Amino acid sequence: MSTSPHQVDPPAVALVPRTGVRANVFYGKPVASVTAFPVRPVSEVVIPKVELDAISLSYKTTSGELLLALDKISLAVKPGEFLCIVGPSGCGKSTLLHLIAGLHPPTSGRILVDGAPVSGPGTDRILIFQELGLFPWLTVGGNVEFGLKMKNVSKAEREEKVQYYLRLVHLLNFRDSYIHQLSGGMRQRVALARALATEPDVLLMDEPFAALDAQTRDLLHDELERLWSETGRTIIFVTHNVREAVRLGDRVALLTFRPGRVKQEFSVSLPRPRQMEQNDVLRTARDILDCLRAEINKSLAEEYADEKAR
Amino acid sequence: MKKLARQIIFYAALLGVWAFLAKLHLWPPYLFPPPWGVGQALWDGFADHSFWIGIAVTMKRMLIGYSLSVVLGMILGLAVSSNKFLEETLGGLLVSLQSLPSICWIPLAVLWFGLTEKAILFVVLMGSLLSVTIAMEDGRKQMPKIYGMAGRNLGASGFRLFWSVLLPASLPFIVNGMKQGWAFAWRSLIQAEMIFLSLGLGQLLMMGRDLSDMSQVMAVMILIIILGYLVDGLIFRTMERRLQEKYGLTPA
Repeated sequence: MSTSPHQVDPPAVALVPRTGVRANVFYGKPVASVTAFPVRPVSEVVIPKVELDAISLSYKTTSGELLLALDKISLAVKPGEFLCIVGPSGCGKSTLLHLIAGLHPPTSGRILVDGAPVSGPGTDRILIFQELGLFPWLTVGGNVEFGLKMKNVSKAEREEKVQYYLRLVHLLNFRDSYIHQLSGGMRQRVALARALATEPDVLLMDEPFAALDAQTRDLLHDELERLWSETGRTIIFVTHNVREAVRLGDRVALLTFRPGRVKQEFSVSLPRPRQMEQNDVLRTARDILDCLRAEINKSLAEEYADEKAR
Repeated sequence: MKKLARQIIFYAALLGVWAFLAKLHLWPPYLFPPPWGVGQALWDGFADHSFWIGIAVTMKRMLIGYSLSVVLGMILGLAVSSNKFLEETLGGLLVSLQSLPSICWIPLAVLWFGLTEKAILFVVLMGSLLSVTIAMEDGRKQMPKIYGMAGRNLGASGFRLFWSVLLPASLPFIVNGMKQGWAFAWRSLIQAEMIFLSLGLGQLLMMGRDLSDMSQVMAVMILIIILGYLVDGLIFRTMERRLQEKYGLTPA
């Protein structure tokens, strides 16, 4: 791919006009953000790890009308980048991840991974579902091993990786437990280990921490950040929590409410590790929230309208 | 344990009322036997081995007919649930056939197979096949979609997706179908045996009638209840409860 002499510059990130810039928020293409942690080389010309090229999705509702869920979304994610996608509920954030995972095809547009179009699910992109989808008939170890079995990894290697990733998420002692015996935070970590064990290039996470209490969530944020900096994975993380997005992301993309469009992108160059309650995280989050509020209002207005109609 | 105590008191009271009514001699003993008469019949039945033989013959038929219906029912259920055409055609037929009491198959079975073991097995098969099939089909539909998606996401496809994800994911529904199938098969078998006169518990029941031996009739009825309850109430219900807990289908 990159051996071609006529190498074309990758399409730049969809840009938005610079308005109301604050010191720690850059609109548009991230400047080679000088961050102390994690240390990773920032090369200027890279083929995006994941590229969404004007993807749209529409579907028929039960009443038969055609609903446009996603409208010409274009995004490029660099290798090793941590991209957070925020938006009001109902903006199609989860659907977007399902499309990238290859579970459904988009109505139009292309999804490229390493420059090659995606045609179905692949273990180079693993999605952690909002509902997790852990298999209750398997033990914790069995769940983590599942993807490796599907990849026909040898038994010895499977054993080694299951041990490694369970230790990574501090669940080695629970290897033989069943899912229903675990707490919510532990289930999250099993899902994380199961996804990491197949060693995907891209980790897709769909509001994975939404149902957790604040302490567990903070703990998992730290662990996720550590895993990300240690393994160099590309992460696309969907959330409705702006502070969480700023806490974790290199970049935050804001989606509009129905149909989902990229409204604006924010580059977050705060030094890592970060904390949710940190002042500059809060300040940045507030900026993004101002932008998001309009969309949330739209989504609420529609929900209330539905209620009135009933 | 309080529950067990209450149950014991309830059954003791029931026996007491029965014994009291029998003592009043309102009806002749051959029409309304006392509890000890039924107890004696149970003892005699086991002592002369006729009950043991009856149970063995009935359970053997049950095992063969029921196993056959589970295997066939699963295959049919899978076929119907995975093919739109079959679902619309065969699926509808199966549902409508289920409203036919399985005893209605007896004339047909007798004409096809004669008064043979095959005819009885056929009736048992028809009794439970449909409910297993329909439960299997329902299970495939009700199974949470997330498991299939998670499986595909982790690289499973085709037969492996079916075998290591879809099948285990629908296990609670399959067990439910097996339980229903068992109940139907059990009823069909006893009914068929009552008509066929060929050993088995159903025949013991009819023999009691022919000999005007109400004690034996009631003894066999008790046997049928106990056997049916042992399998349905203990084995299947326990299995179902464990699965539901494991799969998070009940609020634990």
